[in-house]
Amino acid sequence: MSATNTSDKPVFRIDWISIGNFARQYGVLVIIGALLIGLSFASENFFTARNLLNILNQSAPLAIIACALTLVIIGGGFDLSTGAIFGVASVAAGWLAVNVDPYLAILAGPVIGIMLGGINGLIITGFGVHSFLVTLATSLVYRGVAILITGGSLIPVRIAEFSWLGRERIGIVNVAVIVLLLFMALMTFLLNQTTFGRKVFAVGGNEEAAILSGIRTKLVKIMTFCLSGGAAGLAGVISVSRISMAEPQAGVGMELEAIAAVILGGTSIMGGSGAVWRSVSGVLLIALIGNGFNILNVNPFFKDLTTGVIIVIAVALAASARRR
Amino acid sequence: MTEPEIAVRVRGVAKSFGGTRILNDITIDFIKGAVHALVGENGAGKSSVGKIIGGYYSADEGTVEIDGEAVTRFSPRDALQRGIAMIHQELQLVPELTVLQNVFLGQETNRGGVLVGGDLGRFRTLEETCEFGLDPHAKVASLRIAERQKVEIMRAVARDASVIIMDEPTSSLTEDEADRLHALIARLKSRGTTVIYVSHFLDHILANCDRVTIMRDGAVIRTAPVEGETKQSLVDSMLGQASEIIWPDLPAPPAHDVTPIAQMHDVATTAGLRDINVSIRPGEIVGLIGLVGSGRTEVGRALFGADRILRGNYTIDGVPRNNLAIHEAVKSGIALVPEDRRKEGLVLTQTTRPNVSLASLDRISRLGVLNARTERDRVSAMIRHFGIVPARVDGEVAFYSGGNQQKVLLSKWAVDKPRLLILDEPSRGVDIGARQRIHEFIVEMAAAGVGILLISSEIEEVINLSHRGYLMSEGRIFEEVNCRELTVQDALNRIFREQGQDAHPHEGVTA
Repeated sequence: MSATNTSDKPVFRIDWISIGNFARQYGVLVIIGALLIGLSFASENFFTARNLLNILNQSAPLAIIACALTLVIIGGGFDLSTGAIFGVASVAAGWLAVNVDPYLAILAGPVIGIMLGGINGLIITGFGVHSFLVTLATSLVYRGVAILITGGSLIPVRIAEFSWLGRERIGIVNVAVIVLLLFMALMTFLLNQTTFGRKVFAVGGNEEAAILSGIRTKLVKIMTFCLSGGAAGLAGVISVSRISMAEPQAGVGMELEAIAAVILGGTSIMGGSGAVWRSVSGVLLIALIGNGFNILNVNPFFKDLTTGVIIVIAVALAASARRR
Repeated sequence: MTEPEIAVRVRGVAKSFGGTRILNDITIDFIKGAVHALVGENGAGKSSVGKIIGGYYSADEGTVEIDGEAVTRFSPRDALQRGIAMIHQELQLVPELTVLQNVFLGQETNRGGVLVGGDLGRFRTLEETCEFGLDPHAKVASLRIAERQKVEIMRAVARDASVIIMDEPTSSLTEDEADRLHALIARLKSRGTTVIYVSHFLDHILANCDRVTIMRDGAVIRTAPVEGETKQSLVDSMLGQASEIIWPDLPAPPAHDVTPIAQMHDVATTAGLRDINVSIRPGEIVGLIGLVGSGRTEVGRALFGADRILRGNYTIDGVPRNNLAIHEAVKSGIALVPEDRRKEGLVLTQTTRPNVSLASLDRISRLGVLNARTERDRVSAMIRHFGIVPARVDGEVAFYSGGNQQKVLLSKWAVDKPRLLILDEPSRGVDIGARQRIHEFIVEMAAAGVGILLISSEIEEVINLSHRGYLMSEGRIFEEVNCRELTVQDALNRIFREQGQDAHPHEGVTA
């Protein structure tokens, strides 16, 4: 705990507990820093505003999901349906943009996501089933709905009023990056400055204590699932407007990437502790590894392997720091 | 007298955590076959001594000798192999397994790793020694704390340990159950087992132990035979000054015609309560007196809206509230401090500040946005009011002593003065100083017009702190009593009479 240990006598032992705690607290940032420095030396094309903004822009949809997912996990829940909600929102927004109105389509993505997340929350709290099982099941249902909407085919969306969200820039900064920063700020605010955030921490930290403090824990849980659903919907819309194509299979596997990023950032999978910036750091770390492999022209097979190994190390470090 | 054989010899042991020294030059001899008590306030280091002998902590300095042999690196597993078993204050059982499976965990009857049965027979043999009357097939998750504690004790006995360390073994037992535990300890002792007995209950120590080591601030004050000690001499040494065990004066009770805050008439609940008639007026302290399992906790939960009411009437301020939900109860000014503070009370992943604010978030926010300064001021005020140590707004509650954790929990409700305060075992596992402070707090709140329902397995505590009381047995309230004219023995006699038993059902056990 005390990194600045001022002892009377000189201590030559290495304080592994302090190092472990530090690694748990800020390990992600340290690794990101090391990667930034290392990759800057490895390639002169890396540390440019253009490349860095590009990395941010590419990972904006995943980062948005990870931000909201952080609240679900801190609240003691688990959401495996974000990838499928991403898919439903994608095709729904694509269809609406082509057939109804592009602005309505942009709005519809998050709204549909909130509704689907709300259904998750209602089932979880109504029947008292673990969120892992419920969202595993609803992810299959939602994916089926996405395919039903398009009949399995792709929907091309080439409408300027729609694609600005994923493609335009303000100055040199992509609109999607700005959306990400705003969303991140909003989630951070919700978690740290509001009564809702306090309740999320309490529900995940000790649900019984939260109930006995007069907190309506079911309502809190439903709201966290609405948030992660809404985030997945928003991410889906950004992604469709970027590639001008809505496809029902969009976002397959994204739910696991998002969970990996949250855990990599250092948010406890047991609930009750964590932070939004951690999850965004986790996303960036994964993205940096990928970018590094591209720049260095290494066999991409090693990319997943490296990412996996880093996640294992991060989780092991976190676990060892918690033990006393 | 010949030189007694020493089972465990602790020499010059010191231990620090994160720069804080919690044990300093500890030297104690534990004589073989004796019951040796460790007493001291919370934080004095008595549990830590137990944990070092049990292999849970390793000493920074000094040595531990077991049967004359010095041990260096030591783990709970090594300790068990040397015949040392520890019963923890925070029980360590597998909730999803049965009593039987927990008792023989890691030493099941097996042939080459394949379970072959026969544990039930061993359990029955064990039960002859222990006489706890537990159902071997009950899931531990379904047991109450007192029963879980018995499982933990059986587990240590089942391991045939030569040294058993008991950390607060009676903290959740009734007097009657504690008597049975002490009878068991006497039997273990007669077989030559050494018992290290860590406790706050000085009466239990004086009645059942042979030797006592008094600790204060991580150091040994003295080790002496129990015969020469009195309750007062122990307390004086523990606190480091002469002090008396005093019950605070109660404020005058409210007049009889004052409208009760909460009133129940012939209530039955889903938790198995029947014929519950209670009323609590502003400024009145009402106690529930009964043995473990008599339904005391359940009455508190019913008043708080935590259990459904099946029949009867429940009114708050005269308004019928049979379908009260917990969040509505909190809105009406009802507060419940639950018996298990770690499981039901505190959010241990969080610091003091959010724990104190948890039940009154609306008071420190506008439109859902928290006001950080108001919150800090309120929490600091509570830390000062209760003397919470460490006095940090963002202290890590998970590492606080029992007494300070309890003060944090009380702060959660005191910060926003409730109208009805339900206290379930408010001083369990808490040191004398904190206990005194908690008692003062109860009286303070009553004087300020708060109605209080006091639930405790220590009948002495309930009687001395309550104006009125209700006697409970088997889920029923059978009598209303004036606590100012009641003695502990009197209360117990009435309860046993109600149960249709002899007034001393276990006579002879406490020989």
